[in-house]
Amino acid sequence: MKCKKCGARASVNMRQHRMALCKEHFVEWIPEQTERFIKKYNMFARDEKILVAVSGGKDSLSLWDILVRLGYQADGLYLGLGIDGGVQYSSESHRLTDEFAKRHNLKLHVVDIEGEYGYSIPVLSDISHRGKGKPCSVCGLTKRHEMNRIARDLGYDVLATGHNLDDEAAVLFGNTLQWSSDYLLRQGPVLPSKDGLARKVKPLCRFYEREMTAYAIARGIEYIYDECPYAEGATQIFYKETLNQLENSRPGAKLTFYLRFLEARQSGNLFIEKDREAAYNIHPCERCGQPTSAPELCSFCRMLEKAKTVSE
Amino acid sequence: MSVKLVLRNKEYEVKAGMALLDALKKCDIVPESVIATRNGELITEDELLIDGETIKLIAVISGG
Repeated sequence: MKCKKCGARASVNMRQHRMALCKEHFVEWIPEQTERFIKKYNMFARDEKILVAVSGGKDSLSLWDILVRLGYQADGLYLGLGIDGGVQYSSESHRLTDEFAKRHNLKLHVVDIEGEYGYSIPVLSDISHRGKGKPCSVCGLTKRHEMNRIARDLGYDVLATGHNLDDEAAVLFGNTLQWSSDYLLRQGPVLPSKDGLARKVKPLCRFYEREMTAYAIARGIEYIYDECPYAEGATQIFYKETLNQLENSRPGAKLTFYLRFLEARQSGNLFIEKDREAAYNIHPCERCGQPTSAPELCSFCRMLEKAKTVSE
Repeated sequence: MSVKLVLRNKEYEVKAGMALLDALKKCDIVPESVIATRNGELITEDELLIDGETIKLIAVISGG
């Protein structure tokens, strides 16, 4: 497989784009596309101060790397969750984040949840009885609360997270399975600031998780590879695996799923009860007289028309 | 004539000369869920596997 840009041996193949790139062009292409998405979704401007939520994982560290390469004013925020799980998960992810910040001479804010509130996430989960025996719900709630607090208190214009397309598609899939209309109407690349909530943006929302892994490796970013000890058996991971099976057979399925959702949401048609008369505007086909909702010819007659044109 | 594929703490053995994509399918690994490296360099799924080499597979899924 060859690089689409230079013809050299490709390093990454992106079947959904029908494009393979060599390492050099791939690490250039990712920031170019990120910049395109930042502008397309009006995420932030050059003069705005960005707080990047960094966990020590591939996505958030890559996002920080990309924003800095693009010349944005981006500082980091690391939240110490106090998760050990036998692999010193939090201390290792803190170490990797800290090293990344030092290597690139970047400003990193660190908030230790136990130091701030007296409880680590697992302890808080135990004593609050939230989340059916797993700390994920407490963790998510705490992270959202603290990220917003720090962004506001320190005067940042926008909070950026490293959510990739697989994250977004998995959430969308879960919310669609349950028809959670409230959540569906809130999901998107930008959540505008409102009533004390900082603006939240997801500049990586159109990259596959596979691409972000490739980017981190190609850029030599050392990230925490171990999964969060509490993530085993998580529903979101199951959804991601399911969507990857689909993607494997139908390249581009994940991207289409997410982008068509965004289009539907933007058009304002999502969950709006349509006028049934208009939705079922049935009339006879001009040629065969069978009922159709299409203007002029029915789908069958259009197909015959096309076949006739091709065979002539 | 064999090649080793390593994914986290699991090892798989496949025949040399196969394309990486075929090797992944043979091992029941969804290609979309991994990135493959040869000597630390990223490789695409059409690469032919060379006798005696070890291909490191990196799981891409994270979250919870």
